[in-house]
Amino acid sequence: MTFAAEIVALVIATFLAILGAAFAHDSLFQAHMGILALTLAIFTLVLMRRTSFAGAPKDTSGYMDGPVRYGAIATMFWGVVGFLVGVIVAAQLTWPDLNIEPWFNFGRMRPLHTSAVIFAFGGNALIATSMYVVQRTTKARLFGGNLAWFVFWGYQLFIVMAATGYLLGITEGREYAEPEWYVDLWLTVVWVAYLLVFLGTIYKRKEPHIYVANWFYLSFIVTIAMLHVVNNLSLPVSFLGTKSYSAFSGVQDALTQWWYGHNAVGFFLTAGFLGMMYYFIPKQAGRPVYSYRLSIIHFWALIFLYIWAGPHHLHYTALPDWAQTLGMVFSIMLWMPSWGGMINGLMTLSGAWDKIRTDPIIRMMVIAVAFYGMSTFEGPMMSIKAVNSLSHYTDWTIGHVHSGALGWVGMISFGAIYYLVPKLWNRERLYSLRLVTWHFWLATLGIVVYAAVLWVAGIQQGLMWREYDDQGFLVYSFAESVAAMYPYYALRTLGGLLYLTGAIIMAYNITMTILGHQREEQGFAAAPAAAPAE
Amino acid sequence: MATQEKQGLLAKHEKIERNATLLLVFSFLVVTIGGLVEIAPLFWLQNTIEKVEGMRPYSPLELAGRNIYIREGCYVCHSQMIRPFRDEVERYGHYSLAAESMYDHPFQWGSKRTGPDLARVGNRYSNTWHVDHLTEPRSVVPESIMPSYSFLKTTELKADDIADHLKANAALGVPYDQDKIDNALADLKAQADPNADTSGVEARYPKAKLGDFDGDPTKLTEMDALIAYLQMLGTLVDFESYDAEANYR
Amino acid sequence: MEMDYHTMRAFADSWGLAFMCLVFVGVVAFVYLRPGSKRDAEEAARIPLQED
Repeated sequence: MTFAAEIVALVIATFLAILGAAFAHDSLFQAHMGILALTLAIFTLVLMRRTSFAGAPKDTSGYMDGPVRYGAIATMFWGVVGFLVGVIVAAQLTWPDLNIEPWFNFGRMRPLHTSAVIFAFGGNALIATSMYVVQRTTKARLFGGNLAWFVFWGYQLFIVMAATGYLLGITEGREYAEPEWYVDLWLTVVWVAYLLVFLGTIYKRKEPHIYVANWFYLSFIVTIAMLHVVNNLSLPVSFLGTKSYSAFSGVQDALTQWWYGHNAVGFFLTAGFLGMMYYFIPKQAGRPVYSYRLSIIHFWALIFLYIWAGPHHLHYTALPDWAQTLGMVFSIMLWMPSWGGMINGLMTLSGAWDKIRTDPIIRMMVIAVAFYGMSTFEGPMMSIKAVNSLSHYTDWTIGHVHSGALGWVGMISFGAIYYLVPKLWNRERLYSLRLVTWHFWLATLGIVVYAAVLWVAGIQQGLMWREYDDQGFLVYSFAESVAAMYPYYALRTLGGLLYLTGAIIMAYNITMTILGHQREEQGFAAAPAAAPAE
Repeated sequence: MATQEKQGLLAKHEKIERNATLLLVFSFLVVTIGGLVEIAPLFWLQNTIEKVEGMRPYSPLELAGRNIYIREGCYVCHSQMIRPFRDEVERYGHYSLAAESMYDHPFQWGSKRTGPDLARVGNRYSNTWHVDHLTEPRSVVPESIMPSYSFLKTTELKADDIADHLKANAALGVPYDQDKIDNALADLKAQADPNADTSGVEARYPKAKLGDFDGDPTKLTEMDALIAYLQMLGTLVDFESYDAEANYR
Repeated sequence: MEMDYHTMRAFADSWGLAFMCLVFVGVVAFVYLRPGSKRDAEEAARIPLQED
């Protein structure tokens, strides 16, 4: 009988969740355990319906692509959800009456948006592509059998628990690490399983070299494990309650949190996605990476330097100056490996630049690397204390983050998914390349609007806060600086809406491809633009 | 796996490239260094936290209020960290010291000012203003884009387990002694009750704001707790006796 | 010797700095000057392009 052990485990887990709800010390824990029990019960029923008593045929031949297929769909789904919540919170900042207390107030929705995009969309993209890439580059099937399925479903459960927790008001109050202690523990279990699957596959590889993409993926998995465990050290008030208190306090807590926070950027949003870049760009371009040896220097320099950069989030705060200075110096040095990686990605196309015109998927990957270059230039600049004194606390930071997240992380993931879906479902090609082009332009326009608007908004905010008149008085009240943001916030919402529209088009295109449809359309190579210049 | 002609040092690079365990261990070592060098000294360098007069742990009511502040995600729009610039000091008050958040598990310095800094919002506005502002922000600040938190006024504060919260903090190094833990629930109720004997609260938590906060003395609500917290923010340290030169870092 | 701020700082901008520079030069030399490194790198770079 298939799934027997899984079903038993799920039933026990459901029962424990019900017990947790029954004996909860606070109403939030009760509600959250209720949600957990419901989710597990639904999952149990689904598994029971899929049970066959004949026993499944053992398939150990070839690659294990099931979790990758589910991962591609989950990436698309959470992407649209995350962008949608992003547009909603942007609208809430513009038109505050859109806040619906208590569950849908900005303070609870914003962590939902950041986590949905970073961990649900980005995380699923990373897990799915890493499982695909590691099999192809080691010529080995995923290690651990159904462990990969556990990683996939366990991760989705983490997302559901984190997301519902935020709306209920369950949070540790640490940016990008908001889930409470029991959700953190669950993620730790899932993450260790992920490490086992990934590392186990590398161990049983049939290819002597470990390809550099796997180095990036591996360092991402290991470092995130370290950051997650240390940053979430906390003491629960009760093992049947939601609330826990962070192990560290004040200045130590602040630096630990931003050591985590900045390396969530450095390892989750950068190293992992660089792994993606080092596989999918050569693959889509049909040529090896520009300089493999540069990629090795890139790897070691990047992972060594990134971990130091956290204190630049705490410039001019009560953090001792020496730590701020260290953070700044390493952030500026980080520019070098970042651009090394960018050059390596872009130059992979040298001699095949025409592909940018003829292949919309390559175009998407190239713009991703270009945005990576831009935001890794802007980042070190903003870490300079003099610049930071103006930019910190303003919307400039938000604009910077989005040029990285929408431009780099989003676009490289879209490119990878567009590449993967026809391969995973054995389709000759995507449903429509024209729609990819539409997606490309909507997304690019959306990012440009978003980043440019918030750049101006942030600088204006910073200048208004520090403007003095000739009598030596502050010119603007804080409220006036809030009022001045209205047009920018409205335009930013528009930028987000454009990006969301692009993603919805992609979801449609992907769905149609999976369903096996092909849209009749003229090939790109035959387009008039391909005619020789006069 | 190195071939015969490659020996010594030169063969090692290939080993890293081909040996998954070495790659794992090496990259883990490389990523630990930065954190160790930057974070560890903060725990034992004496001058990390300034020497100040007046810091004390949160009163039980303030702690409950702080937990509501965290629950509602106030930190995503409000910082609690005044930087040492002329404009910030004039706008918000004395720049923040590390000592002022030494009992904060977790810290709430924030990273964005969609709304103003709150590090020294204590004593700046009346309790009534806070109730109005939290209930309908635009009734007192027309430009505000803050959500409404009117439900706090109707939600009774559930704090029967407040002593356990003090115990957890004490286990992490916050100086809550047995006396404070034993009296936690009584102190919490007394602080917001205009008719209670508050001598115990005042002795245990000097400078704590007393009395009804939300305009309804008959009920102890989440609004009471949150305003009790907001009204004490940044009011503890005695800057008359603070020596900035001696605490230069 | 007392391990205070000044000692640590003096160590960081002398030996610490020199050590990091050396390691960097070492890594670069390792990657580029090792005999056979070019061939190895070219081999490794072609891994993704072999059949799926």
